[in-house]
Amino acid sequence: MSATATIYLLTAAAVFGIGVYGLLQARQILRQLLAINLMGGAIFLLLITLGGGAEGPPDPVPQAMVLTGIVIAVSATAFALALLVKLQDATGSSDLDPPDAE
Amino acid sequence: MPSELLIGLIFLPLLGACLTVLPWRWSTRLGVFAGLVSLPVLLVALTLAVIREGAWYYSLGGWTAPLGIRLFVDPLALLMLWMVAIIGGVAAAHAWHDFRPGTPEGARFWPLWLLLTAAMNALFLSADLFNLYVCLELVTLAAIPLIAMAGTATSIRAAMRYLLLALLASLVYLLGVALLYNATGTLDLYLMTQTLAASDGPATSLAFALIAVGLLLKGAVFPLHVWLPNAHASAPGPVSAVLSALVVKTAVYLVYRLWLWTLPAEDPMQGAVELFAVLGAAALIYGGILALLQERLKLVIAYSTVAQLGYLLLVLPLASVTAWQAASYQLLSHGLAKAAMFLAAANILHAVGSDRLADLERLDQRTPLSLFALALGGVSIMGLPPSGGFLAKWLLLEAAWQEGRWLLLFVLVLGSLLAAGYVFRILAAALRRADPTEAEDAEGTSPIGRRQAGYALLLALLALLAGFGAAPILEVIDAGAPAGWSAP
Repeated sequence: MSATATIYLLTAAAVFGIGVYGLLQARQILRQLLAINLMGGAIFLLLITLGGGAEGPPDPVPQAMVLTGIVIAVSATAFALALLVKLQDATGSSDLDPPDAE
Repeated sequence: MPSELLIGLIFLPLLGACLTVLPWRWSTRLGVFAGLVSLPVLLVALTLAVIREGAWYYSLGGWTAPLGIRLFVDPLALLMLWMVAIIGGVAAAHAWHDFRPGTPEGARFWPLWLLLTAAMNALFLSADLFNLYVCLELVTLAAIPLIAMAGTATSIRAAMRYLLLALLASLVYLLGVALLYNATGTLDLYLMTQTLAASDGPATSLAFALIAVGLLLKGAVFPLHVWLPNAHASAPGPVSAVLSALVVKTAVYLVYRLWLWTLPAEDPMQGAVELFAVLGAAALIYGGILALLQERLKLVIAYSTVAQLGYLLLVLPLASVTAWQAASYQLLSHGLAKAAMFLAAANILHAVGSDRLADLERLDQRTPLSLFALALGGVSIMGLPPSGGFLAKWLLLEAAWQEGRWLLLFVLVLGSLLAAGYVFRILAAALRRADPTEAEDAEGTSPIGRRQAGYALLLALLALLAGFGAAPILEVIDAGAPAGWSAP
Protein backbone atom coordinates (compact mmCIF):
# COMPACT_ATOMS: atom_id res chain seq x y z
CA MET A 1 0.00 0.00 0.00
CA SER A 2 1.42 3.35 -1.06
CA ALA A 3 1.96 6.32 1.23
CA THR A 4 -0.77 8.32 -0.50
CA ALA A 5 -3.25 5.51 0.07
CA THR A 6 -2.35 5.49 3.76
CA ILE A 7 -2.98 9.23 3.99
CA TYR A 8 -6.36 8.81 2.31
CA LEU A 9 -7.29 5.94 4.60
CA LEU A 10 -6.33 7.91 7.71
CA THR A 11 -8.33 10.89 6.41
CA ALA A 12 -11.33 8.63 5.82
CA ALA A 13 -11.04 7.27 9.36
CA ALA A 14 -10.74 10.79 10.81
CA VAL A 15 -13.72 12.12 8.84
CA PHE A 16 -15.79 9.09 9.85
CA GLY A 17 -14.82 9.67 13.48
CA ILE A 18 -15.83 13.33 13.28
CA GLY A 19 -19.15 12.23 11.77
CA VAL A 20 -19.82 9.73 14.57
CA TYR A 21 -18.88 12.33 17.21
CA GLY A 22 -21.12 14.91 15.55
CA LEU A 23 -24.03 12.49 15.37
CA LEU A 24 -23.75 11.53 19.04
CA GLN A 25 -23.27 15.05 20.30
CA ALA A 26 -25.64 17.06 18.09
CA ARG A 27 -29.09 17.93 19.45
CA GLN A 28 -30.45 19.49 16.25
CA ILE A 29 -31.58 17.34 13.37
CA LEU A 30 -29.80 19.52 10.80
CA ARG A 31 -26.47 18.92 12.51
CA GLN A 32 -27.19 15.19 12.76
CA LEU A 33 -27.88 15.12 9.03
CA LEU A 34 -24.61 16.89 8.33
CA ALA A 35 -22.81 14.36 10.53
CA ILE A 36 -24.41 11.47 8.64
CA ASN A 37 -23.31 13.04 5.36
CA LEU A 38 -19.75 13.33 6.69
CA MET A 39 -19.78 9.63 7.54
CA GLY A 40 -21.02 8.88 4.04
CA GLY A 41 -18.23 10.96 2.55
CA ALA A 42 -15.67 9.06 4.61
CA ILE A 43 -17.00 5.72 3.34
CA PHE A 44 -16.84 6.97 -0.26
CA LEU A 45 -13.23 8.03 0.26
CA LEU A 46 -12.45 4.62 1.73
CA LEU A 47 -14.07 2.84 -1.23
CA ILE A 48 -12.14 4.87 -3.79
CA THR A 49 -8.85 4.40 -1.94
CA LEU A 50 -9.29 0.64 -1.53
CA GLY A 51 -10.20 0.35 -5.21
CA GLY A 52 -7.12 2.35 -6.25
CA GLY A 53 -4.90 -0.68 -6.68
CA ALA A 54 -1.17 -0.55 -5.98
CA GLU A 55 -0.29 -1.77 -9.47
CA GLY A 56 -2.32 -1.68 -12.66
CA PRO A 57 -5.40 0.38 -13.45
CA PRO A 58 -7.89 1.18 -10.66
CA ASP A 59 -10.85 -1.12 -10.08
CA PRO A 60 -13.96 0.50 -11.64
CA VAL A 61 -16.49 -1.29 -9.39
CA PRO A 62 -15.91 0.85 -6.25
CA GLN A 63 -16.15 3.98 -8.40
CA ALA A 64 -19.52 2.85 -9.70
CA MET A 65 -20.55 2.13 -6.11
CA VAL A 66 -19.51 5.61 -5.00
CA LEU A 67 -21.40 7.27 -7.84
CA THR A 68 -24.55 5.38 -6.88
CA GLY A 69 -23.88 6.09 -3.23
CA ILE A 70 -23.65 9.83 -3.88
CA VAL A 71 -26.97 9.80 -5.71
CA ILE A 72 -28.58 7.97 -2.78
CA ALA A 73 -26.98 10.29 -0.21
CA VAL A 74 -28.22 13.38 -2.06
CA SER A 75 -31.78 12.08 -2.39
CA ALA A 76 -31.89 10.85 1.21
CA THR A 77 -30.62 14.22 2.44
CA ALA A 78 -33.10 16.10 0.29
CA PHE A 79 -35.93 13.99 1.65
CA ALA A 80 -34.71 14.42 5.22
CA LEU A 81 -34.61 18.20 4.79
CA ALA A 82 -38.15 18.20 3.39
CA LEU A 83 -39.31 16.11 6.32
CA LEU A 84 -37.53 18.51 8.68
CA VAL A 85 -39.53 21.41 7.22
CA LYS A 86 -42.73 19.41 7.79
CA LEU A 87 -41.64 18.71 11.35
CA GLN A 88 -40.96 22.41 11.92
CA ASP A 89 -44.41 23.26 10.54
CA ALA A 90 -46.19 20.63 12.60
CA THR A 91 -44.46 21.05 15.94
CA GLY A 92 -42.81 24.46 15.79
CA SER A 93 -39.48 22.93 16.77
CA SER A 94 -36.68 21.50 14.71
CA ASP A 95 -35.41 18.81 17.05
CA LEU A 96 -36.72 15.51 18.30
CA ASP A 97 -36.75 16.47 21.98
CA PRO A 98 -39.00 16.72 23.89
CA PRO A 99 -39.94 13.07 23.38
CA ASP A 100 -43.34 12.23 21.94
CA ALA A 101 -46.04 13.29 24.32
CA GLU A 102 -49.00 11.00 23.92
CA MET B 1 -39.38 -17.38 -19.93
CA PRO B 2 -38.91 -17.64 -16.11
CA SER B 3 -36.20 -14.97 -16.14
CA GLU B 4 -38.64 -12.48 -17.62
CA LEU B 5 -40.82 -13.21 -14.59
CA LEU B 6 -38.08 -11.93 -12.29
CA ILE B 7 -37.77 -8.72 -14.30
CA GLY B 8 -41.53 -8.34 -14.34
CA LEU B 9 -41.76 -8.57 -10.55
CA ILE B 10 -39.47 -5.56 -10.22
CA PHE B 11 -40.36 -3.66 -13.37
CA LEU B 12 -44.15 -3.77 -13.27
CA PRO B 13 -44.52 -2.07 -9.84
CA LEU B 14 -41.95 0.53 -10.97
CA LEU B 15 -43.90 1.10 -14.17
CA GLY B 16 -47.04 1.36 -12.08
CA ALA B 17 -45.37 3.95 -9.84
CA CYS B 18 -44.51 6.02 -12.93
CA LEU B 19 -48.07 5.71 -14.25
CA THR B 20 -49.60 6.88 -10.95
CA VAL B 21 -47.79 10.22 -11.08
CA LEU B 22 -49.24 11.00 -14.53
CA PRO B 23 -52.13 13.48 -14.43
CA TRP B 24 -54.66 11.51 -16.51
CA ARG B 25 -57.88 10.33 -15.01
CA TRP B 26 -57.23 6.60 -15.31
CA SER B 27 -53.47 6.60 -14.88
CA THR B 28 -53.56 5.86 -11.14
CA ARG B 29 -55.97 2.96 -11.54
CA LEU B 30 -53.93 1.64 -14.46
CA GLY B 31 -50.70 1.99 -12.46
CA VAL B 32 -52.08 0.15 -9.45
CA PHE B 33 -53.45 -2.55 -11.71
CA ALA B 34 -50.14 -2.96 -13.55
CA GLY B 35 -48.07 -2.87 -10.38
CA LEU B 36 -50.09 -4.88 -7.87
CA VAL B 37 -52.72 -7.02 -9.56
CA SER B 38 -50.13 -8.47 -11.93
CA LEU B 39 -47.91 -9.77 -9.13
CA PRO B 40 -49.90 -12.88 -8.09
CA VAL B 41 -50.15 -13.93 -11.76
CA LEU B 42 -46.39 -13.65 -12.22
CA LEU B 43 -45.82 -15.46 -8.94
CA VAL B 44 -47.98 -18.43 -9.85
CA ALA B 45 -45.84 -18.92 -12.96
CA LEU B 46 -42.65 -18.35 -10.97
CA THR B 47 -43.70 -20.83 -8.28
CA LEU B 48 -44.35 -23.51 -10.90
CA ALA B 49 -40.95 -22.78 -12.43
CA VAL B 50 -39.18 -23.03 -9.05
CA ILE B 51 -40.95 -26.31 -8.26
CA ARG B 52 -39.95 -27.63 -11.68
CA GLU B 53 -36.39 -26.35 -11.97
CA GLY B 54 -35.32 -25.43 -8.43
CA ALA B 55 -33.46 -22.24 -7.55
CA TRP B 56 -31.72 -20.32 -10.31
CA TYR B 57 -29.69 -17.21 -11.10
CA TYR B 58 -30.30 -14.57 -13.72
CA SER B 59 -27.57 -12.18 -14.84
CA LEU B 60 -29.04 -8.76 -15.58
CA GLY B 61 -28.34 -7.52 -19.10
CA GLY B 62 -26.33 -10.65 -19.83
CA TRP B 63 -23.43 -9.36 -17.69
CA THR B 64 -22.28 -12.30 -15.66
CA ALA B 65 -20.93 -12.09 -12.11
CA PRO B 66 -18.49 -10.99 -10.72
CA LEU B 67 -18.86 -7.78 -12.77
CA GLY B 68 -22.57 -8.06 -13.46
CA ILE B 69 -25.43 -7.99 -11.00
CA ARG B 70 -27.29 -11.25 -10.53
CA LEU B 71 -30.81 -11.98 -9.43
CA PHE B 72 -31.44 -15.16 -7.49
CA VAL B 73 -34.71 -16.90 -6.78
CA ASP B 74 -35.20 -19.80 -4.41
CA PRO B 75 -38.08 -20.95 -2.18
CA LEU B 76 -37.25 -18.41 0.58
CA ALA B 77 -37.27 -15.53 -1.92
CA LEU B 78 -40.46 -16.94 -3.36
CA LEU B 79 -42.12 -16.99 0.06
CA MET B 80 -41.21 -13.34 0.65
CA LEU B 81 -42.43 -12.35 -2.83
CA TRP B 82 -45.76 -14.04 -2.18
CA MET B 83 -46.06 -12.15 1.09
CA VAL B 84 -45.40 -8.84 -0.68
CA ALA B 85 -48.04 -9.70 -3.29
CA ILE B 86 -50.74 -10.90 -0.90
CA ILE B 87 -50.25 -8.71 2.17
CA GLY B 88 -49.33 -5.69 0.06
CA GLY B 89 -52.27 -6.35 -2.25
CA VAL B 90 -54.87 -6.67 0.51
CA ALA B 91 -53.45 -3.67 2.38
CA ALA B 92 -53.60 -1.69 -0.89
CA ALA B 93 -57.26 -2.66 -1.31
CA HIS B 94 -57.85 -1.41 2.23
CA ALA B 95 -55.98 1.82 1.46
CA TRP B 96 -58.03 2.40 -1.69
CA HIS B 97 -60.85 3.90 0.38
CA ASP B 98 -58.74 6.44 2.29
CA PHE B 99 -56.40 7.32 -0.58
CA ARG B 100 -58.74 7.50 -3.54
CA PRO B 101 -57.16 8.22 -6.93
CA GLY B 102 -57.83 11.78 -7.98
CA THR B 103 -57.67 13.15 -4.44
CA PRO B 104 -54.49 14.89 -3.22
CA GLU B 105 -53.95 12.11 -0.66
CA GLY B 106 -54.21 9.48 -3.37
CA ALA B 107 -51.80 11.33 -5.64
CA ARG B 108 -49.18 11.30 -2.88
CA PHE B 109 -49.84 7.78 -1.66
CA TRP B 110 -49.84 5.46 -4.67
CA PRO B 111 -46.46 6.29 -6.26
CA LEU B 112 -44.77 5.67 -2.91
CA TRP B 113 -46.72 2.46 -2.31
CA LEU B 114 -45.77 1.02 -5.69
CA LEU B 115 -42.17 2.12 -5.29
CA LEU B 116 -42.09 0.34 -1.92
CA THR B 117 -43.48 -2.80 -3.56
CA ALA B 118 -40.90 -2.67 -6.36
CA ALA B 119 -38.05 -2.06 -3.90
CA MET B 120 -39.05 -5.00 -1.69
CA ASN B 121 -39.40 -7.32 -4.69
CA ALA B 122 -35.97 -6.22 -5.93
CA LEU B 123 -34.48 -6.75 -2.49
CA PHE B 124 -35.80 -10.28 -2.13
CA LEU B 125 -34.46 -11.22 -5.58
CA SER B 126 -31.09 -9.50 -5.45
CA ALA B 127 -27.88 -11.49 -5.07
CA ASP B 128 -25.50 -8.54 -4.93
CA LEU B 129 -24.46 -6.81 -1.70
CA PHE B 130 -24.34 -3.32 -3.19
CA ASN B 131 -27.58 -3.78 -5.09
CA LEU B 132 -29.07 -4.83 -1.76
CA TYR B 133 -27.82 -1.57 -0.23
CA VAL B 134 -29.63 0.37 -2.96
CA CYS B 135 -32.79 -1.69 -2.36
CA LEU B 136 -32.61 -1.16 1.40
CA GLU B 137 -32.36 2.59 0.84
CA LEU B 138 -35.25 2.53 -1.62
CA VAL B 139 -37.41 0.62 0.85
CA THR B 140 -36.57 3.16 3.58
CA LEU B 141 -37.09 6.21 1.39
CA ALA B 142 -40.45 4.88 0.20
CA ALA B 143 -41.66 3.70 3.61
CA ILE B 144 -40.87 6.80 5.67
CA PRO B 145 -42.97 9.32 3.69
CA LEU B 146 -45.84 6.82 3.97
CA ILE B 147 -45.54 7.03 7.77
CA ALA B 148 -45.43 10.83 7.67
CA MET B 149 -48.54 10.80 5.47
CA ALA B 150 -50.71 10.50 8.58
CA GLY B 151 -49.73 14.19 8.99
CA THR B 152 -49.82 14.33 12.79
CA ALA B 153 -46.92 15.74 14.79
CA THR B 154 -46.38 12.28 16.35
CA SER B 155 -46.14 10.57 12.98
CA ILE B 156 -43.78 13.16 11.50
CA ARG B 157 -41.55 12.97 14.57
CA ALA B 158 -41.58 9.15 14.42
CA ALA B 159 -40.76 9.29 10.70
CA MET B 160 -37.86 11.67 11.34
CA ARG B 161 -36.41 9.46 14.07
CA TYR B 162 -36.80 6.38 11.85
CA LEU B 163 -35.12 8.19 8.95
CA LEU B 164 -32.07 9.28 10.96
CA LEU B 165 -31.54 5.78 12.37
CA ALA B 166 -32.18 4.16 8.99
CA LEU B 167 -29.62 6.42 7.29
CA LEU B 168 -27.09 5.58 9.98
CA ALA B 169 -27.88 1.87 9.60
CA SER B 170 -27.38 2.03 5.83
CA LEU B 171 -24.01 3.73 6.23
CA VAL B 172 -22.80 1.14 8.73
CA TYR B 173 -23.96 -1.57 6.31
CA LEU B 174 -22.22 0.18 3.40
CA LEU B 175 -18.97 0.40 5.38
CA GLY B 176 -19.20 -3.34 5.93
CA VAL B 177 -19.81 -3.90 2.22
CA ALA B 178 -16.76 -1.75 1.33
CA LEU B 179 -14.50 -3.81 3.61
CA LEU B 180 -15.96 -7.06 2.36
CA TYR B 181 -15.44 -6.10 -1.29
CA ASN B 182 -11.86 -5.22 -0.54
CA ALA B 183 -11.28 -8.57 1.19
CA THR B 184 -13.06 -10.82 -1.30
CA GLY B 185 -13.08 -8.92 -4.61
CA THR B 186 -16.74 -9.67 -5.28
CA LEU B 187 -20.13 -8.34 -4.25
CA ASP B 188 -22.07 -11.44 -5.16
CA LEU B 189 -23.61 -13.12 -2.11
CA TYR B 190 -23.07 -16.61 -3.42
CA LEU B 191 -19.70 -16.26 -5.18
CA MET B 192 -18.31 -14.64 -2.05
CA THR B 193 -18.53 -17.88 -0.08
CA GLN B 194 -15.54 -19.40 -1.90
CA THR B 195 -13.31 -16.36 -1.46
CA LEU B 196 -14.38 -15.95 2.14
CA ALA B 197 -13.17 -19.40 3.12
CA ALA B 198 -9.73 -18.48 1.76
CA SER B 199 -9.44 -14.90 2.99
CA ASP B 200 -10.33 -15.28 6.62
CA GLY B 201 -9.18 -12.33 8.66
CA PRO B 202 -10.16 -9.61 11.08
CA ALA B 203 -11.28 -7.38 8.19
CA THR B 204 -14.00 -9.79 7.06
CA SER B 205 -15.11 -10.38 10.66
CA LEU B 206 -15.35 -6.61 11.18
CA ALA B 207 -17.21 -6.27 7.90
CA PHE B 208 -19.79 -8.87 8.91
CA ALA B 209 -20.13 -7.28 12.34
CA LEU B 210 -20.83 -3.88 10.75
CA ILE B 211 -23.33 -5.37 8.32
CA ALA B 212 -25.06 -7.17 11.19
CA VAL B 213 -25.35 -3.95 13.23
CA GLY B 214 -26.77 -2.10 10.24
CA LEU B 215 -29.31 -4.84 9.54
CA LEU B 216 -30.35 -5.27 13.19
CA LEU B 217 -30.96 -1.53 13.38
CA LYS B 218 -33.08 -1.61 10.23
CA GLY B 219 -34.88 -4.72 11.45
CA ALA B 220 -35.64 -3.14 14.84
CA VAL B 221 -34.12 -6.04 16.73
CA PHE B 222 -33.85 -5.44 20.47
CA PRO B 223 -32.04 -3.30 21.72
CA LEU B 224 -32.07 -1.35 18.42
CA HIS B 225 -35.87 -1.30 18.21
CA VAL B 226 -36.47 2.15 19.73
CA TRP B 227 -37.69 3.70 16.50
CA LEU B 228 -40.22 1.01 15.65
CA PRO B 229 -43.23 1.31 18.01
CA ASN B 230 -44.02 4.96 17.35
CA ALA B 231 -43.28 4.74 13.64
CA HIS B 232 -45.49 1.69 13.15
CA ALA B 233 -48.24 2.87 15.48
CA SER B 234 -48.59 6.40 14.07
CA ALA B 235 -48.64 5.47 10.37
CA PRO B 236 -51.94 5.09 8.45
CA GLY B 237 -53.41 1.58 8.94
CA PRO B 238 -52.43 -0.12 5.67
CA VAL B 239 -48.93 1.37 5.96
CA SER B 240 -48.55 0.00 9.51
CA ALA B 241 -49.60 -3.40 8.20
CA VAL B 242 -46.99 -3.45 5.46
CA LEU B 243 -44.26 -1.98 7.68
CA SER B 244 -44.71 -4.61 10.38
CA ALA B 245 -45.44 -7.53 8.11
CA LEU B 246 -42.86 -6.90 5.38
CA VAL B 247 -40.51 -3.94 5.73
CA VAL B 248 -38.79 -4.95 8.99
CA LYS B 249 -38.50 -8.48 7.63
CA THR B 250 -36.30 -7.28 4.76
CA ALA B 251 -33.47 -6.86 7.27
CA VAL B 252 -34.09 -10.24 8.90
CA TYR B 253 -34.18 -11.79 5.42
CA LEU B 254 -30.73 -10.37 4.70
CA VAL B 255 -29.39 -11.68 8.02
CA TYR B 256 -30.61 -15.12 6.94
CA ARG B 257 -29.04 -14.76 3.50
CA LEU B 258 -25.67 -13.65 4.83
CA TRP B 259 -25.35 -16.04 7.72
CA LEU B 260 -26.97 -19.12 6.22
CA TRP B 261 -25.88 -18.80 2.59
CA THR B 262 -22.87 -16.52 2.26
CA LEU B 263 -20.79 -17.26 5.36
CA PRO B 264 -18.93 -20.57 5.14
CA ALA B 265 -19.99 -23.01 7.86
CA GLU B 266 -16.57 -22.97 9.57
CA ASP B 267 -16.19 -19.17 9.60
CA PRO B 268 -15.61 -17.72 13.09
CA MET B 269 -18.36 -15.16 12.47
CA GLN B 270 -20.83 -18.04 12.58
CA GLY B 271 -20.53 -17.65 16.34
CA ALA B 272 -22.64 -14.51 15.96
CA VAL B 273 -25.74 -16.68 15.59
CA GLU B 274 -25.58 -17.34 19.34
CA LEU B 275 -25.59 -13.58 19.92
CA PHE B 276 -28.53 -13.24 17.52
CA ALA B 277 -30.40 -15.86 19.54
CA VAL B 278 -29.73 -13.97 22.80
CA LEU B 279 -30.99 -10.74 21.21
CA GLY B 280 -34.00 -12.62 19.88
CA ALA B 281 -34.80 -14.00 23.34
CA ALA B 282 -34.41 -10.53 24.87
CA ALA B 283 -36.67 -9.04 22.18
CA LEU B 284 -39.29 -11.71 22.80
CA ILE B 285 -39.46 -11.01 26.53
CA TYR B 286 -38.92 -7.26 26.46
CA GLY B 287 -41.34 -6.66 23.57
CA GLY B 288 -43.92 -8.89 25.24
CA ILE B 289 -43.71 -7.05 28.56
CA LEU B 290 -43.86 -3.61 26.93
CA ALA B 291 -46.82 -4.72 24.80
CA LEU B 292 -48.58 -5.61 28.06
CA LEU B 293 -47.97 -2.12 29.42
CA GLN B 294 -49.21 -0.05 26.45
CA GLU B 295 -52.41 1.93 26.68
CA ARG B 296 -53.07 2.24 22.94
CA LEU B 297 -54.13 -0.58 20.67
CA LYS B 298 -51.73 0.20 17.81
CA LEU B 299 -48.80 0.48 20.22
CA VAL B 300 -49.63 -2.95 21.69
CA ILE B 301 -49.54 -4.39 18.17
CA ALA B 302 -46.32 -2.54 17.34
CA TYR B 303 -44.53 -3.83 20.48
CA SER B 304 -45.84 -7.26 19.59
CA THR B 305 -43.86 -6.92 16.34
CA VAL B 306 -40.70 -6.24 18.37
CA ALA B 307 -41.38 -9.45 20.30
CA GLN B 308 -42.32 -11.59 17.31
CA LEU B 309 -39.17 -10.61 15.42
CA GLY B 310 -37.33 -12.32 18.29
CA TYR B 311 -38.53 -15.73 17.10
CA LEU B 312 -36.93 -15.15 13.72
CA LEU B 313 -33.50 -14.73 15.32
CA LEU B 314 -33.94 -17.47 17.92
CA VAL B 315 -34.02 -19.98 15.10
CA LEU B 316 -30.53 -19.20 13.83
CA PRO B 317 -28.41 -21.45 16.08
CA LEU B 318 -30.72 -24.46 15.73
CA ALA B 319 -29.68 -25.41 12.17
CA SER B 320 -32.08 -28.23 11.40
CA VAL B 321 -34.77 -28.78 8.82
CA THR B 322 -37.42 -28.34 11.53
CA ALA B 323 -35.90 -24.99 12.51
CA TRP B 324 -35.92 -23.98 8.87
CA GLN B 325 -39.62 -24.79 8.57
CA ALA B 326 -40.26 -22.88 11.80
CA ALA B 327 -38.45 -19.79 10.53
CA SER B 328 -40.28 -19.78 7.21
CA TYR B 329 -43.61 -20.34 8.87
CA GLN B 330 -42.99 -17.61 11.42
CA LEU B 331 -42.15 -15.20 8.56
CA LEU B 332 -45.38 -16.13 6.80
CA SER B 333 -47.85 -16.40 9.66
CA HIS B 334 -46.59 -13.36 11.58
CA GLY B 335 -46.80 -11.33 8.38
CA LEU B 336 -50.40 -12.34 7.70
CA ALA B 337 -51.59 -12.11 11.29
CA LYS B 338 -49.86 -8.82 12.06
CA ALA B 339 -51.14 -7.18 8.88
CA ALA B 340 -54.67 -8.38 9.74
CA MET B 341 -54.36 -6.90 13.25
CA PHE B 342 -53.12 -3.53 11.99
CA LEU B 343 -55.89 -3.30 9.38
CA ALA B 344 -58.49 -4.24 12.01
CA ALA B 345 -57.00 -1.67 14.39
CA ALA B 346 -57.27 0.97 11.67
CA ASN B 347 -60.98 0.15 11.24
CA ILE B 348 -61.53 0.29 14.99
CA LEU B 349 -59.67 3.59 15.21
CA HIS B 350 -61.85 4.91 12.40
CA ALA B 351 -65.11 3.76 13.97
CA VAL B 352 -64.35 4.68 17.58
CA GLY B 353 -62.23 7.75 16.94
CA SER B 354 -59.56 6.59 19.40
CA ASP B 355 -57.43 3.53 19.85
CA ARG B 356 -56.95 3.92 23.59
CA LEU B 357 -57.76 0.60 25.21
CA ALA B 358 -59.89 2.52 27.73
CA ASP B 359 -62.21 3.70 24.93
CA LEU B 360 -62.70 0.33 23.28
CA GLU B 361 -65.70 -1.07 25.14
CA ARG B 362 -68.48 -2.95 23.31
CA LEU B 363 -66.46 -3.48 20.14
CA ASP B 364 -68.34 -6.74 19.57
CA GLN B 365 -71.36 -4.56 18.79
CA ARG B 366 -69.68 -1.54 17.26
CA THR B 367 -67.10 -3.22 15.00
CA PRO B 368 -67.85 -6.95 15.20
CA LEU B 369 -66.05 -8.01 12.01
CA SER B 370 -62.89 -6.02 12.73
CA LEU B 371 -62.82 -7.31 16.28
CA PHE B 372 -63.17 -10.86 14.94
CA ALA B 373 -60.26 -10.25 12.55
CA LEU B 374 -58.20 -8.80 15.40
CA ALA B 375 -58.95 -11.82 17.57
CA LEU B 376 -58.14 -14.31 14.79
CA GLY B 377 -54.85 -12.51 14.13
CA GLY B 378 -54.22 -12.64 17.87
CA VAL B 379 -54.83 -16.39 17.89
CA SER B 380 -52.05 -16.82 15.34
CA ILE B 381 -49.72 -14.44 17.20
CA MET B 382 -50.28 -16.34 20.47
CA GLY B 383 -49.73 -19.62 18.67
CA LEU B 384 -53.03 -21.33 19.40
CA PRO B 385 -53.92 -24.26 17.16
CA PRO B 386 -54.85 -24.58 14.35
CA SER B 387 -53.32 -21.30 13.16
CA GLY B 388 -50.14 -20.82 11.15
CA GLY B 389 -48.58 -19.19 14.20
CA PHE B 390 -49.21 -22.38 16.19
CA LEU B 391 -47.40 -24.44 13.59
CA ALA B 392 -44.41 -22.04 13.55
CA LYS B 393 -44.08 -22.10 17.33
CA TRP B 394 -44.63 -25.83 17.54
CA LEU B 395 -41.89 -26.49 14.96
CA LEU B 396 -39.63 -24.10 16.83
CA LEU B 397 -40.24 -25.91 20.12
CA GLU B 398 -39.55 -29.21 18.39
CA ALA B 399 -36.29 -27.89 16.91
CA ALA B 400 -35.17 -26.56 20.31
CA TRP B 401 -36.11 -29.90 21.90
CA GLN B 402 -34.09 -31.88 19.34
CA GLU B 403 -31.04 -29.75 20.05
CA GLY B 404 -31.56 -29.99 23.81
CA ARG B 405 -31.79 -26.21 24.24
CA TRP B 406 -33.75 -26.12 27.50
CA LEU B 407 -33.28 -22.39 28.12
CA LEU B 408 -34.61 -21.68 24.66
CA LEU B 409 -37.65 -23.85 25.35
CA PHE B 410 -38.33 -21.83 28.48
CA VAL B 411 -38.01 -18.52 26.59
CA LEU B 412 -40.36 -19.76 23.86
CA VAL B 413 -43.04 -20.73 26.35
CA LEU B 414 -42.64 -17.45 28.23
CA GLY B 415 -42.91 -15.52 24.95
CA SER B 416 -46.15 -17.30 24.07
CA LEU B 417 -47.56 -16.61 27.55
CA LEU B 418 -46.75 -12.91 27.19
CA ALA B 419 -48.37 -12.88 23.76
CA ALA B 420 -51.49 -14.50 25.21
CA GLY B 421 -51.41 -11.82 27.91
CA TYR B 422 -51.41 -8.87 25.56
CA VAL B 423 -53.91 -10.35 23.11
CA PHE B 424 -56.38 -11.20 25.88
CA ARG B 425 -55.87 -7.75 27.36
CA ILE B 426 -57.03 -6.21 24.05
CA LEU B 427 -60.00 -8.58 23.89
CA ALA B 428 -60.96 -7.91 27.51
CA ALA B 429 -60.90 -4.17 26.83
CA ALA B 430 -62.93 -4.63 23.66
CA LEU B 431 -65.67 -6.76 25.24
CA ARG B 432 -66.36 -4.51 28.24
CA ARG B 433 -69.92 -3.22 28.69
CA ALA B 434 -69.50 0.32 29.98
CA ASP B 435 -72.86 1.75 28.97
CA PRO B 436 -75.43 -0.92 28.09
CA THR B 437 -78.11 1.57 26.97
CA GLU B 438 -76.38 2.53 23.73
CA ALA B 439 -76.86 0.06 20.91
CA GLU B 440 -75.78 1.57 17.59
CA ASP B 441 -74.05 -0.74 15.15
CA ALA B 442 -71.51 1.42 13.35
CA GLU B 443 -69.85 -1.17 11.18
CA GLY B 444 -72.81 -3.39 10.37
CA THR B 445 -74.82 -0.56 8.84
CA SER B 446 -72.18 0.86 6.51
CA PRO B 447 -71.11 -1.16 3.48
CA ILE B 448 -67.73 0.60 3.44
CA GLY B 449 -67.04 -0.42 7.03
CA ARG B 450 -67.99 -3.99 6.20
CA ARG B 451 -65.68 -4.03 3.19
CA GLN B 452 -62.77 -2.56 5.13
CA ALA B 453 -63.33 -5.13 7.88
CA GLY B 454 -63.46 -7.82 5.20
CA TYR B 455 -59.88 -7.09 4.13
CA ALA B 456 -58.62 -7.49 7.70
CA LEU B 457 -60.66 -10.66 8.05
CA LEU B 458 -59.29 -12.06 4.81
CA LEU B 459 -55.68 -11.77 6.04
CA ALA B 460 -56.61 -13.20 9.45
CA LEU B 461 -58.31 -16.17 7.79
CA LEU B 462 -55.26 -16.71 5.58
CA ALA B 463 -53.09 -16.77 8.74
CA LEU B 464 -55.43 -19.40 10.14
CA LEU B 465 -55.54 -21.38 6.88
CA ALA B 466 -51.76 -21.41 6.77
CA GLY B 467 -52.02 -23.86 9.65
CA PHE B 468 -54.28 -26.21 7.67
CA GLY B 469 -52.62 -25.97 4.29
CA ALA B 470 -49.10 -26.43 5.60
CA ALA B 471 -48.07 -29.61 3.80
CA PRO B 472 -47.69 -28.26 0.22
CA ILE B 473 -46.12 -25.00 1.43
CA LEU B 474 -43.60 -26.82 3.60
CA GLU B 475 -42.74 -29.14 0.74
CA VAL B 476 -41.62 -26.19 -1.39
CA ILE B 477 -39.91 -24.52 1.59
CA ASP B 478 -37.94 -27.65 2.48
CA ALA B 479 -36.29 -27.67 -0.93
CA GLY B 480 -34.91 -24.20 -0.14
CA ALA B 481 -33.28 -25.02 3.18
CA PRO B 482 -29.73 -23.61 3.41
CA ALA B 483 -26.82 -26.01 3.18
CA GLY B 484 -26.21 -27.69 6.51
CA TRP B 485 -29.85 -27.26 7.56
CA SER B 486 -31.33 -29.94 5.38
CA ALA B 487 -32.12 -33.42 6.61
CA PRO B 488 -29.04 -35.67 6.94
